[in-house]
Amino acid sequence: MNNRIIIIAGLIIFLCLITFPIWYNVVGGKAAYAPELKIVSEEKQCVESTKYMRAKHMQLLNDWRNSVVREDKRTYTALDGKKYDMSLSNTCLKCHSNKADFCDKCHNYVEVTPTCWNCHVVPEGNKL
Amino acid sequence: MKIDRRGFLKIGGLGILGVAVKPVIDVVSKVKLAEASAKKRVLVEKRLAMVVNLKNCKEGCTDCINACHGVHNVPDIANPKDEIKWIWTESYEKAFPDQEHRFIGGGMKGSPAILLCNHCDNPSCVRVCPTKATFKREDGIVMMDYHRCIGCRFCMAACPYGSRSFNWRDPRPFIKKINPNFPTRTKGVVEKCNFCEERLAKGLIPACVESCKNKALAFGNVEEPNSEIRGILRSNYTIRRKPGLGTGPQIYYIV
Ligand code: SF4
Ligand code: SF4
Repeated sequence: MNNRIIIIAGLIIFLCLITFPIWYNVVGGKAAYAPELKIVSEEKQCVESTKYMRAKHMQLLNDWRNSVVREDKRTYTALDGKKYDMSLSNTCLKCHSNKADFCDKCHNYVEVTPTCWNCHVVPEGNKL
Repeated sequence: MKIDRRGFLKIGGLGILGVAVKPVIDVVSKVKLAEASAKKRVLVEKRLAMVVNLKNCKEGCTDCINACHGVHNVPDIANPKDEIKWIWTESYEKAFPDQEHRFIGGGMKGSPAILLCNHCDNPSCVRVCPTKATFKREDGIVMMDYHRCIGCRFCMAACPYGSRSFNWRDPRPFIKKINPNFPTRTKGVVEKCNFCEERLAKGLIPACVESCKNKALAFGNVEEPNSEIRGILRSNYTIRRKPGLGTGPQIYYIV
């Protein structure tokens, strides 16, 4: 077994290479960064709490969509009793008019491509 | 009674066959029920409809088409194979093929008729849609849920009026000025007139009716005896497109 050195060295190089993405991020200090969102609105709160919106905005939007399109019910009453027009373009995007710095930041981070924007119009100047 | 082995197997086999056949029978009997209930005319408090007065319609005027296609982001694709339309014109003879003859007078022959989805009482498009993307609202509007449309185009085959268009290509580059408050459509879905349901929700009348300066279009609830539209229907003779097909079209024409 004269090749032992070569085999071990090869294995080490191989391990280094396949774990490259992990240690590169650790060394670069970029491991587990959280995306930073820009909020451009004056409003203090979204229709529901930030925690709820972060976890459940997709379900909320689905419910809004079904309610408006299929049942012609267009007013959403939030937990705090405030009423909103259920509309992605006319309610959500009025505050979050910066899609590129808001929606896209997280969606890109988690690698999802929602199809909303195939039809719903992105406010001018915030396309990516 | 004594059952031998063969007898037991026969009875058991028959029983299993019965269980297997039952779902099929259920489906067939449900279809019958659905057909019967679609024919029944139930009392509703609201039934939206439109009257088009072709006598008031000025030749060459496209105000209603521009208004509708403008607010609804309908692309202007010149190629007739890819064309998208919610409201359009067609010659009288093509629009009313069963009410046409050689001597049609009154200036109707060859003159354009305004056409749009008839928001049928018994819409064939709704019957065939496999995803329920096309459905009928209680007030009679035949709506589309573009989120659910899979682009199978069954509805286009079923609609006898050519009211539906398919997006063969991305419509966005063909929209001159996008109305940001209304979504566009995307490649691969069918679209058609929605009776301006988004405007009705805000208390506005349909965009085409609002834009017509010649009072050629009227809109309203035909279940309300004192409504303007019922007045017009009372005092004028009106026809509908291809009424013999049983779809119950709700666009009435004064010719
Ligand atoms: S006109 Fe055609 S698309 Fe419109 S409701 Fe009737 S069958 Fe459906
Ligand atoms: S094309 Fe869309 S709306 Fe038409 S039948 Fe298929 S799924 Fe339904």
